[in-house]
Amino acid sequence: MNWEVVIGLEIHAQLSTNSKLFSGAATSFGAEPNTNTTLVDLGMPGALPVFNKEALRMAVMFGHAVNAEIGMTSIFARKNYFYPDLPKGYQTSQMDDPIVGKGHLDITLDDGTMKRVGITRAHLEEDAGKSLHEDFHGMTGIDLNRSSTPLLEIVSEPDIRSAKEAVAYVKMIHSIVTYLGICDGNMAEGNMRCDVNISLRPNGQEAYGTRTEIKNVNSFRFIERAIYTEIERQADILEDGGKITQETRLYDPDKDETRSMRSKEEANDYRYFPCPDLLPIELTQEYVDQIAANLPELPKQKADRFMSEYKLSEYDAGVLSATRAMADYFEETANVAGNAKLAANWVMGELSKYLNSESKDISESPVSAGHLGGLLVRIEDNTINGKTAKSVLQAMWDGEGSADDIIEAKGLKQVTDTGAIEAVIQSVIDANPAQVEQFRASDEDKQKKMIGFFMGQVMKASQGKANPGMVTPILNKLLKG
Amino acid sequence: MVDQSITSLAKKLRAKDISSVELTQDYLARIKHLDGQLNSYITVSDEIALAQAEAADKLIASGSTSALAGIPIAHKDLFCTDGILTTCASKMLHNFIPPYESTVTGRMQASGAVTLGKTNMDEFAMGSSNENSHYGAVKNPWNIDKVPGGSSGGSAAAVAAGLCVAATGTDTGGSIRQPASFCGITGLKPTYGRVSRFGMIAYASSLDQAGPMARSAEDCAFILQSIAGFDTNDSTCSEIATEDYTANLDAPLNGLSIGLPKEYFGDGLNNDVAKAIQDAVKEFEKLGATVKEISLPNLNLSIPSYYVIAPSEASSNLSRFDGVRYGYRCEDPKDLMDMYKRSRGEGFGKEVQKRIMVGTYALSEGYYDAYYLKAQRIRRLIKEDFVKAFEQVDVIMGPVAPTTAFGIGAKTDDPIAMYLEDIYTLSVNLAGVPAMSIPAGFADGMPVGLQIMGNYFSEAKLLNVAHKFQQATDWHTKNPSLAEGA
Repeated sequence: MNWEVVIGLEIHAQLSTNSKLFSGAATSFGAEPNTNTTLVDLGMPGALPVFNKEALRMAVMFGHAVNAEIGMTSIFARKNYFYPDLPKGYQTSQMDDPIVGKGHLDITLDDGTMKRVGITRAHLEEDAGKSLHEDFHGMTGIDLNRSSTPLLEIVSEPDIRSAKEAVAYVKMIHSIVTYLGICDGNMAEGNMRCDVNISLRPNGQEAYGTRTEIKNVNSFRFIERAIYTEIERQADILEDGGKITQETRLYDPDKDETRSMRSKEEANDYRYFPCPDLLPIELTQEYVDQIAANLPELPKQKADRFMSEYKLSEYDAGVLSATRAMADYFEETANVAGNAKLAANWVMGELSKYLNSESKDISESPVSAGHLGGLLVRIEDNTINGKTAKSVLQAMWDGEGSADDIIEAKGLKQVTDTGAIEAVIQSVIDANPAQVEQFRASDEDKQKKMIGFFMGQVMKASQGKANPGMVTPILNKLLKG
Repeated sequence: MVDQSITSLAKKLRAKDISSVELTQDYLARIKHLDGQLNSYITVSDEIALAQAEAADKLIASGSTSALAGIPIAHKDLFCTDGILTTCASKMLHNFIPPYESTVTGRMQASGAVTLGKTNMDEFAMGSSNENSHYGAVKNPWNIDKVPGGSSGGSAAAVAAGLCVAATGTDTGGSIRQPASFCGITGLKPTYGRVSRFGMIAYASSLDQAGPMARSAEDCAFILQSIAGFDTNDSTCSEIATEDYTANLDAPLNGLSIGLPKEYFGDGLNNDVAKAIQDAVKEFEKLGATVKEISLPNLNLSIPSYYVIAPSEASSNLSRFDGVRYGYRCEDPKDLMDMYKRSRGEGFGKEVQKRIMVGTYALSEGYYDAYYLKAQRIRRLIKEDFVKAFEQVDVIMGPVAPTTAFGIGAKTDDPIAMYLEDIYTLSVNLAGVPAMSIPAGFADGMPVGLQIMGNYFSEAKLLNVAHKFQQATDWHTKNPSLAEGA
């Protein structure tokens, strides 16, 4: 049978506030266990939450970015369950009245078509702490540094139909939150975590099949893999006449399989109710409008501007605006270089090769945008040629300094002195009398093919420093005698 | 010494007739001598008290004008006190020493008050008789076979017996007013949000409110002045400015209109209590007030509404007591579930467990609408009743409780009778308005409290009304013989 895949996603984006959602503790990553905590995060008796208004502003920004209704009155609710790293015995979240209501965003599919994905809601909630099972000899250590860190949970409609669409959607959300500057987007540190709801239904059937939820998938690649394996698992069951159990599953990237975590019957009754320690959040239209007016440029707007301002192709504009870090890097390089097309080629070409070979994000590039731009300036002003520039980039990647430092230190400056070039060419002519004889005996077409040989010899003899634009006319003149 | 007011003690401290250290020593000696019979304190913090008294003497010498400077007081044992055991009268917190100070106790400390110790209470403030304490029942100083009321029973008994000048209490459904009534002292539950809840171990967050328990309205005013006002640590604390609570205590009551809700004088009200209340109201008429009958029609719904909302919030508030980070943890847990079950099963008393279960049930899927949401709707009706009433009258008066203090053990097997004790006090918490209990006579040798309810943030008016009554009567100056004999 042919199955249609139905996917909905819940993305938890950690908001990049300085302090926690309900306390003044820092949110910095990697601190000693239980040091980024206050009475509130430790769940001390008598401690009370105080809402961080910065998280509110960020949530409203996101709402605007996905064309959503903003909840003018939103309410925090308690989600009650016991877990050792949940210090209060409940998570403060939002249930009936979230800060962000219905919205949508457009994703670009592989064939270039656009697809609109509905956003059901996005709500603010606090994170739990961490349970550490190693190093405690059969006991469990609790680290509450992450406790009460602000999260925005973004829930999509079940509009997604394939693993590729899911990844495109997550990448777009990632792009939006990083563009807005409301989330660092570092998936390895858990800044963005994804729960995937998947069901299958026979092609043409309207009713949804029974779904499973895959919890906490933490990379674009794992999201794609997890969906493929889960689709396969569900299809096998259904084709054997079986039934899907509604349950929560975990994806194991080492074994590339999903396995059951808990079934619906074992699921908690979270006993949500409005948190009596926090007042409803009441927004004014003025506040909401002001945030809308000050929204930074979003990925789509950025790509459009790159096309009109820098005359980039749609493809190049898309690649260079995919993340805010990439876009910022490109723009700085282009501004320093004074040639946007050249900057685009080098960022997408040579630099990306280096980044990919070491699996680095552009934000981790050892070559700064300013330094790359400086290199391109030296191509533009003929100080070095493109080939030399590649070796300079290698040296820059290896931390040997700026383009100018390296050109100076290695004596790579292009030779533009006519006399010096003539001397090199003359030495090549003198060293290859047979080839010169043959050249002079050939017709013009043949000569054009042979010129490459002499060109190569000249560049070799000049250690690549001869300016190719100057070599060609002199070479032609001297060869023809 | 027992019946001295804060005003007269403050005068003596400034005149150097007595030092705060001497005063504190006197009170510590009285506690040692009498509290064996009453059990009103869980912790007596001698050393801290004397150190604070010494500091207060210096403060006074340097010219401090704070009325509370050097005055020995006690705190209900659910206010977190930095470095002093804070148990909530529960085995669950038998070993809990907070690393921080609650706003209420911190503000009183800043005013120079001396902390004698922490008073007994019903466990986690759940109870109307102070029989639900891991540290044993508190006895009523007027008759040690009777309960002092609850849940702030320790504070009430200690004030009545002269084991502190004044005390703090908390009131979620009557827990300041009812013990104040049973022990013949003056207690004030402020408007919800008037006093910060930060550092107060929560029972039912939307109802809990801290307030003073003392020997007079004037003394309550001094304490309220110290503890009231906005606190950035409590989001539900009001930003409305506080008033000068002692400035208008003597304002005449001419033209004051008093509403008597007919529902407060119906079946179930003890005749002698009713008589004392009616006599008190006559006293107010003599002071120039006018009286009219009003109606708070949803009074009878306050019990079911309260006993859904309060346990629901409690079931969630008390989830943090899980044996993981502080407090009681069972011996040798087999696994996580065993640790949770036994730590909570062994750490919480029966009444607390009962309310957690009721609240958990009321919030459960499929029952939430029928219980919690319905209770919230009733709560709104009750609030509207008060809003309408205060369009007609300045204050509302009635009994605090249907009877005087009952015998220890008399109602422990009859939870419904125990819950009915709260019929006249619960609706005030559900509406969030302020109310007081002041001594208004005796029935069968036990004190009767008059309840005075006011509009939102009308604490200054309530204190004025109570003070004028206390200027004209002497009920609040009566002492139990147990205290006189000491």
